[in-house]
Amino acid sequence: MTADSTQISHHIEVEHLWKVFGRNPMSALAPENVEKSRSEIQSEFDQVVALKDVSFNVKRGETFVVMGLSGSGKSTLVRCLIRLIEATSGSILVEDEDVTLLNEKSLRDFRRTKISMVFQNFGLLPHRNVMENACYGLEIKNISKDERHEKAQRMLDLVGLNGWENSRVSQLSGGMQQRVGLARALAVEPEILLMDEPFSGLDPLIRRQMRSELAELQKEIKKTMVFITHDLDEAVTVGDRIAIMRDGEIIQMGTPQEIILNPVDDFVTEFTEDVSKDRILNASSICVNPDLIWTHSEDLNKLKDHVNKVNPRHIAFVNESGSSLGILMRDSVEQSKVKEDLDRMLKDSPAPISSSSNVKPAISKLADSETPIPVVDAKNHLLGVITQSSILNALAE
Amino acid sequence: MSTRDKEITDSKEDTSGSGSRRLNSGLKKFYFPTAVVLSVVVLSMMIHEAGFEYALDFPKKIFGVDTSKEIEGFLDDSVDWIVINFGGFFDAVSDAIKVILGKLRDLLIWIPWPVMMGLVFVIGWKIASFRIAIMSVVGLIVLAAVNLWEPTMVTVAIMMVSVFLSIIIGVPTGILAAKSDAVDTGIRPVLDTMQTMPSFVYLVPGIMLFGLGNVGAIFATVLYALPPCIRLTNLGIRQVDESVVEAGRSFGSSDMQLLVKIQIPMAIPTIMAGINQTVMMALAMSTIAAMVGAGGLGIEVLRAMGQLKEGEAIIAGCAIVILAIIIDRISQGYVDKRVS
Repeated sequence: MTADSTQISHHIEVEHLWKVFGRNPMSALAPENVEKSRSEIQSEFDQVVALKDVSFNVKRGETFVVMGLSGSGKSTLVRCLIRLIEATSGSILVEDEDVTLLNEKSLRDFRRTKISMVFQNFGLLPHRNVMENACYGLEIKNISKDERHEKAQRMLDLVGLNGWENSRVSQLSGGMQQRVGLARALAVEPEILLMDEPFSGLDPLIRRQMRSELAELQKEIKKTMVFITHDLDEAVTVGDRIAIMRDGEIIQMGTPQEIILNPVDDFVTEFTEDVSKDRILNASSICVNPDLIWTHSEDLNKLKDHVNKVNPRHIAFVNESGSSLGILMRDSVEQSKVKEDLDRMLKDSPAPISSSSNVKPAISKLADSETPIPVVDAKNHLLGVITQSSILNALAE
Repeated sequence: MSTRDKEITDSKEDTSGSGSRRLNSGLKKFYFPTAVVLSVVVLSMMIHEAGFEYALDFPKKIFGVDTSKEIEGFLDDSVDWIVINFGGFFDAVSDAIKVILGKLRDLLIWIPWPVMMGLVFVIGWKIASFRIAIMSVVGLIVLAAVNLWEPTMVTVAIMMVSVFLSIIIGVPTGILAAKSDAVDTGIRPVLDTMQTMPSFVYLVPGIMLFGLGNVGAIFATVLYALPPCIRLTNLGIRQVDESVVEAGRSFGSSDMQLLVKIQIPMAIPTIMAGINQTVMMALAMSTIAAMVGAGGLGIEVLRAMGQLKEGEAIIAGCAIVILAIIIDRISQGYVDKRVS
């Protein structure tokens, strides 16, 4: 296993965050109100609870998606993280510093250096051209013109807007405008990127394109990202972990697989119904135990005897430390005369796939040949196999 | 028979019956106004008949106090006090304005008319459009042809000084009102009152503090033209797209940075509309100011009317209109150009 996960401190820790709108927000803050629903609190205290006792953590470099329908509180939540909306109570720790307690100057510094945001409506300045817009965050920091042009240019190139620097913002399509917004946010080199439904204002074709471009970009820049959306497909494509919100609270939080395969209630089930499973299934969730595991050795006859006794359809070969060497169908084993034959065939057998990777490539491989595919962990230890039937069973669920 | 009578009576008084109710409510509308008119007539006649002095002539003294005298006296004393204590200040301001106005007027008159027309043409073209530039020059030619060039230049000088003062007072005030809800609430009734007051009323403080002449006129004009400038600057800034301001804030902009980099640039069209109104009101006022001794086109109208030279009066009046159109088109053209 990689480094002990308790040592990776969370980049963002949100604890017991409440946001209440009304003339007397504090009145709705009693601990017993956690159990009450938004509508109950509204009728009892005449205050609107936008966020109810929200807690979650975001790891460094993780893309954390907050998903929900309109009115679920997701936009309020992301705005609280940057204090465009002031939370009523609770704490937001970024590297052990509570954002909610920052004074005005510290908040400005926080916004200028550690965090930036991309908006659904782009939020571009119409009286400036593309370059001037991308430079905005740097201009606020009083960085010299040459330096900020250089930094902004790099980001504009990164998002694919090279050549458009002098265009007026109004001349750009929606997708391009949002790229400017993204370049602007990236130009200040923040540690945290907040994205409030950045693609919701674009048409579906562009949306899909932007989504995959963002995923690619994220592989390169590895920013800690909090991504708001109402589209489950988007959440699943972009997110490492997803939090589903309803009526101001998080009702389920986990990896895309966990949410889709183990929805916590009917609401989540309905929400996730439409996602095509093959996109989110990973190898570990559908692999099964091999019919036979054999530690590869000199003794071919011993293997053949064992095969006759056990009658497996396929045999998974491992070495002494448990690393996968390959999988062969039964008749391949029976037909081989010497160990070298096995070695040769094992070399040609399907390559293993890692337990966390998506299952889609495996499907196409299995369409061509029956031979199961080994599933391994990060150290190449055999965890299981994927067969044609195991995939079909998983998809049928 | 008696039952039938009862039925008839019942239906008349029965307000739930739809037919009779319609008739009743139709007439009922007039009951109150009729009652009021009758009461007024009857009461008035009665009082005249009886000869009640108190009701016929409002008493000069209430509890032994002569009210109008007292109020007048108080106001007289107040103005005197202001003039005595701040007279030096007002004189200084007055002198400064006189000098500036005089220099400006001399400058405008010194520039030969072809040069001036060329200038107006260039300005009109640059700021608005070619068509407007041509139209403005034609208008100026008309003004010169009827021998009103100098008075026009004087009016323009008065306007320029007034508009300049209005802008340097109005725009910052508008910005302040946009940033502070307290200022906005406090200033709104003042602006409302100022815009309701007839323009003539402004001349009163003008003359009182600065005497007859151009300076008093300028003072009155500034006051008159101020409200739209403040109002529209305030509105323009407040109406800037909230999502852009939010984005600006998210990058750590200070309030001043938000104002200078986002709010003001985006509010310019509205602010310019306010300045356009200010200019037009300044023109209107400066012609009225002719009545208190200001120079320019206004006095030409008055003079001509006083001398019963209707033709000249009409021409001077039209000249004012032409000037108004030229200025309006150019400043409006600026607003339109920016918006498109």
